[in-house]
Formats: sequence, structure tokens, C-alpha cells
Amino acid sequence: MSTTTKMILVLTTLTMISGGLLSYWDGFTRPKIEAYRLQELKKAIKEVLPPNDSYDEIKGKDMTLYVGKKSGEPKPVGIAFEAVGNGFQGKVAIMVGVTPDFSHINAIKILEQIETPGLGTKIVDDPTNKQDRSWFSNQFKNLSVEPQIEVVKNMKPSKPNEIQAITGATISSRSVAKILTDQVNVAKSIYQSKGQ
Amino acid sequence: MARKQASVSYEVIKGLWDENPVLRSLLGLCPTLAVTNSAINGLAMGLATTFVLITSSIIISSVRNIIPNQVRISSFIVVIAAFVTVADRFLAAFYPLISKDLGPYVPLIVVNCIILGRQEAFSAKNSVFRSLLDSSGMSLGFILVLLALGMVREILGSGTLFGITVLGDWFDPWMMMILPPGAFLGLGIFIALANWLNARRAKA
Repeated sequence: MSTTTKMILVLTTLTMISGGLLSYWDGFTRPKIEAYRLQELKKAIKEVLPPNDSYDEIKGKDMTLYVGKKSGEPKPVGIAFEAVGNGFQGKVAIMVGVTPDFSHINAIKILEQIETPGLGTKIVDDPTNKQDRSWFSNQFKNLSVEPQIEVVKNMKPSKPNEIQAITGATISSRSVAKILTDQVNVAKSIYQSKGQ
Repeated sequence: MARKQASVSYEVIKGLWDENPVLRSLLGLCPTLAVTNSAINGLAMGLATTFVLITSSIIISSVRNIIPNQVRISSFIVVIAAFVTVADRFLAAFYPLISKDLGPYVPLIVVNCIILGRQEAFSAKNSVFRSLLDSSGMSLGFILVLLALGMVREILGSGTLFGITVLGDWFDPWMMMILPPGAFLGLGIFIALANWLNARRAKA
């Protein structure tokens, strides 16, 4: 057998066996990975919406809305969706729950972020604040998004649409506010265009 | 065989100190620096790498005589990549939190030079049995360094060990230790200590 034939034969066999092994393994692990993703999604939706029994999905162009409902009540209790945008260093993904008229935020939960550890990461967890480590996210509870979310520095927020910035992470704080303002409007237009 | 046949036990032990992949050969530094911000991450990375290294070594050494010399690196990479994907999917399915923490560093085991290095330097020339011993020793050496570095950085940087608080409220976490500079400092001190110990041993 010439070397060329042998090379082709050995590499083909190796890649075929590897491919077979991987497709079997994928079939085995995929349902588990998918189930975990769904479980996390449900948990996040539950956290940002008022108590609800079920949710309907409305698929928009770049976003899926989860409309939370209570059994027996025709009106939704709130609408949740994933808002994605740019933070200080990279993508920030936030699960947002809003009131059905899109005027106020019910609550938010930051799903993904790669902000500066120790500064920007305080948008999720602030170990220096002993009373309330997630004080930043908690500021968004019942926050008005009209006309937009404003960020104030070094003082207590006085208006219903204001939040306080994290010291040392103003850009991260502003990014979260901007992502929310922008994406709430996107979600609103999707919701209205679907004739609801 | 040009290489002198070492004793069976030495094939395992050499990976722990004399030829420790991280401290002596300075291989696999990328995962060593990147994922040792906590003990559990270091351990998980060490175990994932161990799985890939041992399985790849067994496969490569058992087919070493039929792989043509010209395509040996490609063949190694195919085998390694397959096992890395298996490990990556396994972590994502059964340990999703660890998988999320390690992020892209699990798929990046493919290019870990310890693994390709051991295939080229050892498995391609030795029996399955000896390759198994060699890869086990190397893996153990790798795990030990990652675990030790992860523990030191977690204690100093977060005041915890495996997520359990070990240092009380009086301790102000040294945040830098879980950031990249802490990795470089920690590893630098580890390597300096290893060199110092070796120099002392050589003199004695």
C-alpha cells in the first residue's frame, strides 16, 4: 500500500469513528442540556414576573416575549423577555419583567455579563454591601421606564425613573439602564404589532 | 528505542515533580492561569484535562504503528478533539454551573500543549501500558498544581475554600488574587519555589 493511500485510509477511518462517537454522545447529552436551559429560563421568568400560573410565548424578530397569566384572568399579569445589549466589556443579557402596559419594570435578573470583576460585576452581586448584595438589580423594582431610565451619581434617586450608579462602575450602570430602556421599547412594539 | 526504559513506577512519578507539566515543562499555562480563580474550577479543569489526556494516550498508543508519520499530528488532533467534545458536552449536561464558569476553556483543551506534547513525545513511541502510566502521572501533576493554585487564590481572593467561608469577617478579600494578576503572581511564586527546591536538592 502506498503512503498516500495509507494516509487517506487512516485519517478517514479516524474521523469517521470520532464522528460516530460524537453523534451518539450528542444524542445522549443534548436533551439534558436543553432541559437545563429551559429550567433556568423558567426560573428567571418566574423571578421577574408577579405571581403567575403559566406563560404564553410570542415570538418576535429578535426577541421572544413571555406573557405571564393567572388562571381565570384574561389579562396578563406581566410580560417578561430577555434584553441583550453591550455593557462595558461585552454582552450583557438581562431577563426583564414589565407591567402589561410597558410603563414600569417589575423586576430584572442579570443572566450573563463579563464586566470588570469587583467593579462592574456589582450589577449582579455587591459583596461590599452587607445588607443587600443585589441592591443594584433591586433598584429596578417598580421603576418607571418613561421617558427613559436615568442614572444619578452619588445621591439617592428622587424621581420614579431614576437609579443610582455603582461607584467605580458608572459605564456598567449606564449600560444596564440603556439596554433596558431600548429593549423595553423593542418589546413593546413587538407586543403591539401582534395585535394584543 | 533510543530512550532508556524507565521503571514502571517512575513513569507515573515523573509527572508529579521531575517532569511536572506546569512547574518544570511550563506547558498548559493558559488553563493554569485562566481557570484557577477558585479551587473547584481548578479541580474541574484538571479532571477534564485528565480524561482527555488519558483516553487520547490510550487510543494513540494503540494505533501508533498504523498511523503514517506524515499525518500523525492531524490524527492526534482528531482523537484529542473528539474526546474534548465528549468532556465538554458531559460537563454542560451534568455540571452546568461548572461548565458555565469554565466557559471557553473546556473546548480549548484541544490546544493544551500538555496533551499534544505527551502524544508526540510519549504515546506515539511507547506501549499502551506505559502510555497509560505516563498520562496518569502527567494528569496528576497537572491536577495538583491547578488545585493548589486554585486553593491559594480562592482563600486570598474570596476568603473561601470550595465555596465555604474559611476566613471570617475580619478578612478583607484580596480581590486581585482572583483576577488575572493574581494568577501570574501565584504561578510565578509556585515556579520559583519549585526551582529553589530543585536547586537545593541538586546541591545536597
